[in-house]
Amino acid sequence: MDMEPILNVKQLTMNFGGLRALDNVDLDVHQGEIVALIGPNGAGKTTFFNCITGIYDPSGGDVLISAPKKGKTQRINGLKPNRVTEKGLARTFQNIRLFHNMTVLENVMIGCHCRMKAGILGAVFRGVSTRREEKAVVQKSYSILEKIGLEKYVNDFAKNLPYGAQRRLEIARAMATDPFMLLLDEPAAGMNPHETQDLDALIIRIRENEGISILLIEHDMKLVMSLSDRIFVMDYGKKIAQGTPAEIRKNPAVIKAYLGEEIDA
Amino acid sequence: MWIEIETPMLANELKKSFLASLWFMFLTFPIMVIRVNTVEKIIQWRWANLFFVGIGSFILSALWRYLIRRKEQGIHRTEVDGIARVTLSQRLLGDRRFTIPALIITTIAALVFPFVFSIYQTNIMITALIYVMLGLGLNIVVGLAGLLDLGYVAFYAVGAYSYALLNYHFGLGFWTVLGIGGGLAAMFGIILGFPVLRLRGDYLAIVTLGFGEIIRLILENWNAFSFGPSGIANIPRPGLFGIDLDIEQATIYVYFLMIAMTLFTIFVVNRLQNSRIGRAWIALREDEVACQSMGIDKRKTKLMAFALGATWAGFAGVVFAAKTTFINPASFTIWESINVLCVVVLGGMGSIVGVIVGAFILILLPEYLRFLSEYRMLAFGTVLVMMMVFRPGGIVETVRRTYQYKETDH
Amino acid sequence: MDYFFELFLGGLTRGSIYALIALGYTMVYGIVQLINFAHGEIYMIGAFTALIVISVLTMLGWNQIAILLIAAGAAVVYSSAYGYTMEKIAYKPLRQAPRLSALISAIGMSLFLQNYVLLAQTSDFLPFPALIPDFEFMEPIAHIIGSPELVILITTTIVMVLLTFLIKFTKIGKAMRATAQDRDMAQLVGVDVNRVISVTFIIGSATAAIGGVLIASHIGQINFYIGFIAGIKAFVAAVLGGIGSIPGAVLGSLVLGWTESFFTGYISSDYEDVFAFVFLVLILIFRPAGILGRSTSEKV
Repeated sequence: MDMEPILNVKQLTMNFGGLRALDNVDLDVHQGEIVALIGPNGAGKTTFFNCITGIYDPSGGDVLISAPKKGKTQRINGLKPNRVTEKGLARTFQNIRLFHNMTVLENVMIGCHCRMKAGILGAVFRGVSTRREEKAVVQKSYSILEKIGLEKYVNDFAKNLPYGAQRRLEIARAMATDPFMLLLDEPAAGMNPHETQDLDALIIRIRENEGISILLIEHDMKLVMSLSDRIFVMDYGKKIAQGTPAEIRKNPAVIKAYLGEEIDA
Repeated sequence: MWIEIETPMLANELKKSFLASLWFMFLTFPIMVIRVNTVEKIIQWRWANLFFVGIGSFILSALWRYLIRRKEQGIHRTEVDGIARVTLSQRLLGDRRFTIPALIITTIAALVFPFVFSIYQTNIMITALIYVMLGLGLNIVVGLAGLLDLGYVAFYAVGAYSYALLNYHFGLGFWTVLGIGGGLAAMFGIILGFPVLRLRGDYLAIVTLGFGEIIRLILENWNAFSFGPSGIANIPRPGLFGIDLDIEQATIYVYFLMIAMTLFTIFVVNRLQNSRIGRAWIALREDEVACQSMGIDKRKTKLMAFALGATWAGFAGVVFAAKTTFINPASFTIWESINVLCVVVLGGMGSIVGVIVGAFILILLPEYLRFLSEYRMLAFGTVLVMMMVFRPGGIVETVRRTYQYKETDH
Repeated sequence: MDYFFELFLGGLTRGSIYALIALGYTMVYGIVQLINFAHGEIYMIGAFTALIVISVLTMLGWNQIAILLIAAGAAVVYSSAYGYTMEKIAYKPLRQAPRLSALISAIGMSLFLQNYVLLAQTSDFLPFPALIPDFEFMEPIAHIIGSPELVILITTTIVMVLLTFLIKFTKIGKAMRATAQDRDMAQLVGVDVNRVISVTFIIGSATAAIGGVLIASHIGQINFYIGFIAGIKAFVAAVLGGIGSIPGAVLGSLVLGWTESFFTGYISSDYEDVFAFVFLVLILIFRPAGILGRSTSEKV
């Protein structure tokens, strides 16, 4: 842990009117880690994601990133979502938000948007560089689909995909933005055990092969316990525990927060 | 056996239609049947109308229920199969055996038109082409980016007044102002775009409508600037290398100019929609939040749609001023915006061929069916509602060229 | 100072009438999140129905108070019936469709109704009789406030109180609030959502009809186009107050009424209609949720 964390969240606070949805939450992720954020429903996990990715502007605290290769630490509070994505944090959504009337390939190509250059003139005149760029993007998008295992759907409309495939397409789309870190919001929700197992392998592959670190929100405890290097637990907008899966399993505060809720671990 | 099932159904349908017919007879009674002349104190009872409403609503209500049922079955079918239906128009447009002859015939027709038909007809055709251009421009904003702009006519006015005023004060010629008019309209597009960037679809519609009206009211009231309601006359027609053209030649010249500009518009819009920017517009229409989270700059993308859409309206405005040689604020009311919206909606939002078909239907039909012309706006209203309910994709549903991945690309 | 007071009262009257129309917008928006573009047309149809009834009964020689009540009643009944039917035709089939579709359908409906009245009646302005008599007891203060203004203010207040009561304390009001919060959830707990939406359109249309009769009688003439501009202004008022909020609609209407009145009174009447739009653009930039509205961010 001598390296600086690539994502370092300090005392993050978010108020909605009188309601404090996040209360001084700290969290850090190091290069190459898979970190899980868990907690009962309504604990503020998605709000936490929204604050990091620029959808909400946090009321207090710092969100610092330090991209693995560039090394410089930057504060990204209050940046627009697209700027956050440009900086290398990409996310998926809990309630799937694909571009339903676009093909699977186009969905991934949208992810490449911020790494492309063609402007209005390029689009109209379609010069050599524009054509080369378009071709490269199609190739890149296809190869991402291959990695995620969605290549057989490449020309289908996103809305026609089976549920599990839609969840994976969200991951593919996020990967197309060339992130150093992926934020996955309940990637296994609604998946059957078999699909969840595939997802487990996929997330490991993304880390091993692409070198992308992962922060995920998940309710499937089996998946969380097997995947994560470290786990953060939230309840009522506060961080109540952090540690390795083994530590979290035994943590009394966590057991109390989940009391009444089943832990299948 | 089937008769036993069918009879009650038929009786049921008849009953429903009968009730609908009674309801509409009640509903339309005061307005359709009674007409009072308050000056001469005469009441006119038009009982025949009640009869027509009764018969008409009886039939239409049956038709309505049939169409709704068919639509629901259609949705059900696609849900079960997972395959979207391919419509006739989509199949035709995808088939070279149809598209190539159609293209050749259209080209020949377009080339010989002004020589075969009268000046009057050619003028109507020019109007239709102006609407094609306006429609294609609005299509960028509404069809691709999904931003409902009801003030589109304002940019058309900016173009027309640019030419009229710049020519009046500085004697600038058509070609010079064509560029300036387009540029000014784009600038206005951005000016309008800024405040409405954060607005959701429905607020956007009202604000743009307001913007259109503001521009019109300014043109109407600021006499020193725009010559008020009386407008500007004697705007020169476009010149051709300094040759003097008579009215007939000038009309033919404007016609070919419009053909060229329409082709240019089609070319540019087509290129745009199959580009990185076009994809971003469509993504923005589909889901704004996801779009931003995928690294697309919402502000820039929206402003670009507004500005590009406005540019075409500006061009069309300059041509309009040059064609009619007279403009006043009455040509730029909110209804003009709604006409263009009708063109886009009827033809098919997001479809270039659709917009062209829509413009020709909506502009040419009322011109040639004169006896229907007083029902024109009534029909437009009906078209908007019916299209949205039964065929939201328009006559020519989008055949957007999706990006297909082919193995040969490896 | 007298001139100021005159403008103040003029703005108050104007604002009260906007409020009657704005209520319909705000209620419908609160429940189905749709700008009912054709709402202004409902108000216009109310005014036309009233005019037709008045003319027929006057020629039959009825007594004025009876005519006034029957005409207002007919306007309310017919406007409600049109509102109800309009929802069934143009909006109900589009509940699951994108918002853009419903909005375009609403614009179509507005266009249709305007031209329906234009073709079936006339495009000319029709004189509308002043229905409200000058009350005797008003004479001492008649130089300050006329009887028609007083009736408008009182009617608007009564309608507002009744509506607030309806929404706060009745069963249908509760169902309406539930539907506004979360339509699917309301349906799950047994609220008949279709009925709630119909009732909302009916109530909104009825208040618009009352507004239609009052304003027509106040201004003294109507034509097929009055609904459009009044509708837009009322919408601006609803947005200004915070769309979806009933007190907001009233407050927004009064603010708009006063602003228009003072602006045209002290500065210039050339740009009277521009004003509402400029106002709208400014509110939406600086306070999109309106005066009384709470800002909500989309759930992600």
